[in-house]
Amino acid sequence: MRILVIEDDAQTALYLRKGLEEGGYIVDWTGDGRDGLFMAASERYDLVVVDRMLPNADGLSIIKVLRSQGIRTPILVLSALGQVDDRVRGLEAGADDYLVKPYAFSELMARVEALLRRGSATAPDTMLRVGDLEMNLLARTVTRGGHSIELKPREFRLLEYLMRHADQVVTRTMLLEAVWDYHFDPQTNVIDVHISRLRQKIDKGFRNPLLHTVRGAGYSLRASS
Amino acid sequence: MQVPKLFQTSTFRLVLVNLVVFGVSMVLPFGFVYTSTVGSLDSETNAAIVAEIKGLADEYQRFGRAGLIEAVTDRSDDQGDKDAIYFLADANLRPLAGNLSIWPTDTAANGQWIEFTIDKVGNEESTPHRVRAQVLRLPDGAVLLVGRDIHERQLVQRRITEALGWALALTLVLCLTGGVLMSRYMLRRVDAITHTSRMIVDGTLSRRMPIRGSGDEFDRLSENLNLMLDQIEHLMTSMRTVTDSIAHDLRGPLTHLKGQIELALRGAPDTRSYRSALEHAVFETDRILSIFNALIEMAKAESGIGRTEMAALDLGVVAADVVDLYEPVAEERGLEVRAEIGTGAMILGNRQLLALAVANLLDNAIKYTPPGGAVSLSVEMDARAVRLVVGDSGPGIAPADRGRVLERFVRIGPDPAVPGSGLGLSLVAAVARLHRGTLELGDNGPGLRVTILFPKGPPPVKTAESIAHGEPALAEPAGAKA
Repeated sequence: MRILVIEDDAQTALYLRKGLEEGGYIVDWTGDGRDGLFMAASERYDLVVVDRMLPNADGLSIIKVLRSQGIRTPILVLSALGQVDDRVRGLEAGADDYLVKPYAFSELMARVEALLRRGSATAPDTMLRVGDLEMNLLARTVTRGGHSIELKPREFRLLEYLMRHADQVVTRTMLLEAVWDYHFDPQTNVIDVHISRLRQKIDKGFRNPLLHTVRGAGYSLRASS
Repeated sequence: MQVPKLFQTSTFRLVLVNLVVFGVSMVLPFGFVYTSTVGSLDSETNAAIVAEIKGLADEYQRFGRAGLIEAVTDRSDDQGDKDAIYFLADANLRPLAGNLSIWPTDTAANGQWIEFTIDKVGNEESTPHRVRAQVLRLPDGAVLLVGRDIHERQLVQRRITEALGWALALTLVLCLTGGVLMSRYMLRRVDAITHTSRMIVDGTLSRRMPIRGSGDEFDRLSENLNLMLDQIEHLMTSMRTVTDSIAHDLRGPLTHLKGQIELALRGAPDTRSYRSALEHAVFETDRILSIFNALIEMAKAESGIGRTEMAALDLGVVAADVVDLYEPVAEERGLEVRAEIGTGAMILGNRQLLALAVANLLDNAIKYTPPGGAVSLSVEMDARAVRLVVGDSGPGIAPADRGRVLERFVRIGPDPAVPGSGLGLSLVAAVARLHRGTLELGDNGPGLRVTILFPKGPPPVKTAESIAHGEPALAEPAGAKA
């Protein structure tokens, strides 16, 4: 998996490269906006991580140019501009995700992984399966090992997101954004409580737990431990 | 007032333009008066002369030179028109008849109009009189001159011209004086505003534009400028407060963080103690980040007036979503959640910020209410306002502390172990202000009751369901426990 990092701050870039390379990715880096655009347009990358403010071309224009040329590489924007309107502008320009600085590295890795997986997603599913857990998206029913599980609408959406990102680390912020559409940080860890309720419903009474806590990062839904 | 500055004012330029327009529009009727008086006198004289020449020419045709001489002599008699001038001369311009003694000009071309001056002897005084005349050359070489004394006519002409000239001059002077006075008045008002804004630029932001109380355009301008200045001052104050807060509240944890790291470095070089120090450092950093984020959110809410994207939304829906998020947390703590949320509570707002405010209120309520208590949230509306009330059965806030708790970083909980940055309520207050709402802290008997009144927004789009249920109906309390 090749990732292009366009980030002008050398120290941040070093931190990014080191972390991503430790995660097993091949990383190319440039600090210049125009070079970054050239590289992203001429070579094949699985993901582009781009800063908002860059010399010679800002992040949003890079995204717009790439998209206008039909390049569909997933793009993750890193920005110190964290206001809701900025985020909206980034996504409207064609970015796939928007992460506000400063961020935890685990958060970045989880999002990178989610974007890389999404690139290979096929036709819309009607059935999601993780181990013996099954979700019927049309009938909106959930069963595990043949037993029906009753879920509230929000719990259903929470589980759907986790199942779509099975085997990946999903952070609390990602859940808050995807399931509740909130882009702020609640002081209490409300997500933990929702997860523990969901865990009660899908894991209680089964030998193999599916919903795992990843320390210091978030959660992961996976069949094998 | 300096003179050059006066000439530079737009009022003065306007006065000058006005002056030109006025001058032209004066000259046109004056010109008309002039031509219709002086001009008609001229043409009357000319017509009389032409008619007379024609008559004398007829005389000559019929009776020859002798007849003409007789006619001219007859007409130049004193009994006739006193202003009429006749002169008949032979080919060498020697006088034959008439009331002039010599040929008055050098030329004597046929049909030529000439003007000359004669001395008219009046009451023992001779005055120069102007004469206008036409020349007729007769077939036998004699030359006839018929003219009119135009002295009187010229006097009238001069008087009219002078009168018109004075009137014009007077008008222009009045116009100019009025213009100068007007522009000086305007300039003085503008100068007052300029002077005040100069002082504000130089740092006295508390200065305000002078208002005379007459309610005129300048007063209205000043009032609007003052409103703008109030807004700027408010923004600057809140920005300063944020800066102060950042300095004050980030310095503490940062110092703490640095201290911990230094302590670990000074201690024994042992992996386990390093690890524990690093874990502490990450924890501390997270705390700093959360304070920082809260500060940014607040600064955004406070300075966001006019910048934040607002849309018509149902506050009930926003609140129900947040209740949905926090309800399990409350239940975990053994608290009962009562939500009464009406439909169609439309306001103009920003969903993220409103949700943030409601989340903070619920967060506080849940944190400060002991297990077994209750947390309530309601959204109601009447004809003018939408009311959001969040209540708890916790210790509440003493009336004396209610104002203070809205300030940043003030925490009044009995339990200092309850986590929180102390920014919650001031952030809520900032969001309320951004939505032109008012925040009120009251007694929930027991507990704290926070009420936010929002001005009512645009009417909701009627759905079949809301019509069928009749309005205002109470919706199924979203995620409420009976």
